[in-house]
Amino acid sequence: MRRPGLLASTWVLFRKDLLLEWRSRARVNALVFFSLATLLLFSFALGPDTALLRRGAGGYLWLALLLSSVLALGESFRVERENSSLEGLRLVPVDTRAIFLAKGIANAVLLAALGVLLVPVLVALLDVRIVLPWARLLTIVGLGCLAIAAPGTLYGAIASHARARDVLLPLLLFPILIPALVAAAKGTALVFEGDPMGQLPSWIALLGGFDVVYWGLGVVLFPRVIEE
Amino acid sequence: MHEVSKRYGARWALVRLSLTVRRGAAVLLTGHNGSGKTTLLRILATAVRPSSGQVQVLGVDPTRDPDPVRAQVGLLSHAHYVYEDLSGLENMVVLTRLLGEPATAAAAAMERLGLDPRDDRPVRTYSAGMRRRLALARLFLKQPAVALLDEPFVELDPTGVSELEARIRELRAAGTTLVLATHHIEQGLLLCTDRLHLDQGRSIAA
Repeated sequence: MRRPGLLASTWVLFRKDLLLEWRSRARVNALVFFSLATLLLFSFALGPDTALLRRGAGGYLWLALLLSSVLALGESFRVERENSSLEGLRLVPVDTRAIFLAKGIANAVLLAALGVLLVPVLVALLDVRIVLPWARLLTIVGLGCLAIAAPGTLYGAIASHARARDVLLPLLLFPILIPALVAAAKGTALVFEGDPMGQLPSWIALLGGFDVVYWGLGVVLFPRVIEE
Repeated sequence: MHEVSKRYGARWALVRLSLTVRRGAAVLLTGHNGSGKTTLLRILATAVRPSSGQVQVLGVDPTRDPDPVRAQVGLLSHAHYVYEDLSGLENMVVLTRLLGEPATAAAAAMERLGLDPRDDRPVRTYSAGMRRRLALARLFLKQPAVALLDEPFVELDPTGVSELEARIRELRAAGTTLVLATHHIEQGLLLCTDRLHLDQGRSIAA
């Protein structure tokens, strides 16, 4: 009997996390409607000035994703608290880095799917035009969701032990995410409005750097977080 | 374990407890609710760290290096360690893959505990007894060198109790070291060779 290594364990747990998301489609649907409602509220709050709405579209997209991520991240650890499943994984034993990687990637995939779903809504609701190639937008959505998912998974694990976990997670997560949020919103705005000054690669590089730092920190710190 | 204590906040769950269990032995752990039985099992399983004292399981200090101990120890806990939205078989397949066992072992382990692997209902719909059987199937799939059973007979019907007793005897015959905590003392005495009685976290003569 040869136990699987880090990548194989990550793959097993990633598939398990996606299967759990699929099985709890009601929760995923709630997440979609919450993010749509957030976008609608932004457009109502700012009034009928379509030029203003278009200028802020990148920011609204990422605020909607950020607010939705709190629900998604909290839910991903609620599933692990139920029946102490996370403890069960530790005692198998599973490489705890694999638990972090699988859960982080599953959260990023869920958020990226939500982001891709929200873009056509932005186009229809705010009359946004996608000026640069779609691939650039997908790159920013992917990197931005990875940026939310890495610290989100780490802090989700920390907050899951607390009584006030629903309040604690955004309090821990939001300040950390400010650089990633700025980079993702600016990059998305450039995709929507054009990039005559060639600034987009810098924002993408900032997002990429943020991802490298926080995924690295997550791999190192997560095992300490989930051990007693 | 030597002089092991465990404190939760202001409450001491174990107080300077020393215990030696020979390989292959079967120890019955008795005591009232809150006497420290579960805490003792959880320390041995590396689920919690002791507040003080020294622990060695199979010659390894689990506070320094828990994974080699975890690979050899199986804990049946009050928590069943299963995902409610997955079926019993899906839960078991995840475990078999993490253990590096063939996927067919999952169905076989369920059948040995009287569960139908073709039952594709989520565990959320299982009865308490079926959940207990699934938790036991998880434990037996791992084939642990040390089995720590916390109230294994709870929630099982009489048939389930008989089947579990047979499985525990099989474990013992295979040389598995057993620590069994239960309020069903007569049943436990039939399965175990030694007895430890706990009272308020301390060991007293049974």
